[in-house]
Amino acid sequence: MENFTVGIVVFPGSNCDRDVSWALEGCLGIRTKYLWHESSDLGDVDAIVLPGGFSYGDYLRCGAIARFSPLINALDEFVKSGKRVLGICNGFQILTESGFLPGALTSNKKLNFICDDVELDIVSSKGGWFHNGDKKQTIKLPIAHGEGRYHCDSDTFKKLVDNELIALRYKKNPNGSSFDIAGITNEKGNVLGLMPHPERACDETIGGTDGLFTLKSLILK
Amino acid sequence: MDQFAVKVFVRLRPSVLDPAGEATKSASIKLGAEGIKSLRIGKMIEVKIVGNGEKEVREKIDLLCDRLFANTVIEDYEYSLEKL
Repeated sequence: MENFTVGIVVFPGSNCDRDVSWALEGCLGIRTKYLWHESSDLGDVDAIVLPGGFSYGDYLRCGAIARFSPLINALDEFVKSGKRVLGICNGFQILTESGFLPGALTSNKKLNFICDDVELDIVSSKGGWFHNGDKKQTIKLPIAHGEGRYHCDSDTFKKLVDNELIALRYKKNPNGSSFDIAGITNEKGNVLGLMPHPERACDETIGGTDGLFTLKSLILK
Repeated sequence: MDQFAVKVFVRLRPSVLDPAGEATKSASIKLGAEGIKSLRIGKMIEVKIVGNGEKEVREKIDLLCDRLFANTVIEDYEYSLEKL
């Protein structure tokens, strides 16, 4: 546990990498290491965070270019080994573009960039990313995105529901996401993608600590 | 080797909401243009590419469209190809 290290991937245009590092190291005492996107050596990290930002300037589509980086190519084996991967905002977009998670993220319904706190229902704690059995089934996290509208067809939605892959739903849908979806996991539960930013909710002085649990769960086996 | 000019059109699938198209439709109506029933925005990508004949080039373009130019979860694509 002492040596547990979370790799934080840095793409050109990532801008939440340092926030994630601050939250993990400063608030939780978890060691982190920045991973440049051109590296494919994931041997010395135990979990990975794909942080928010605008990888490759969001050119073509958000996450579309990042998908082809050496690091994302190496991620397949990492995920298959059962290690945990958390994609936040742009990281979620990369995970859908690269097929680790189903569906797609596209422009907000009203085209506005939304920067706000939102209330979220915890739908499933698959993978142990969220409180389970606790009375508090609603959390508040900040969102900051222009392209966070989750889209999937009804067949995919059925699969998400049947396999309990929907992790979070907006209480008041801010961006037009299909079925109010804010975050999903893969079937195994070791990959979570979400639009809200847990790393920005790790200290009472900046507005809440509802993100701590999710970041802390990176160290789960 | 033959050279081809390819025009790829990427469009949001009909079932996917296009807020940018809706906003542009609204502005078009404000401009005074009448009769617009629908307005949707896509992308056009121009590629110049060499290969051994049209079949090989089409295979390359199909791969590019399917894996990179379009996200087939939300987008459709088509392309035209002209031998230079």
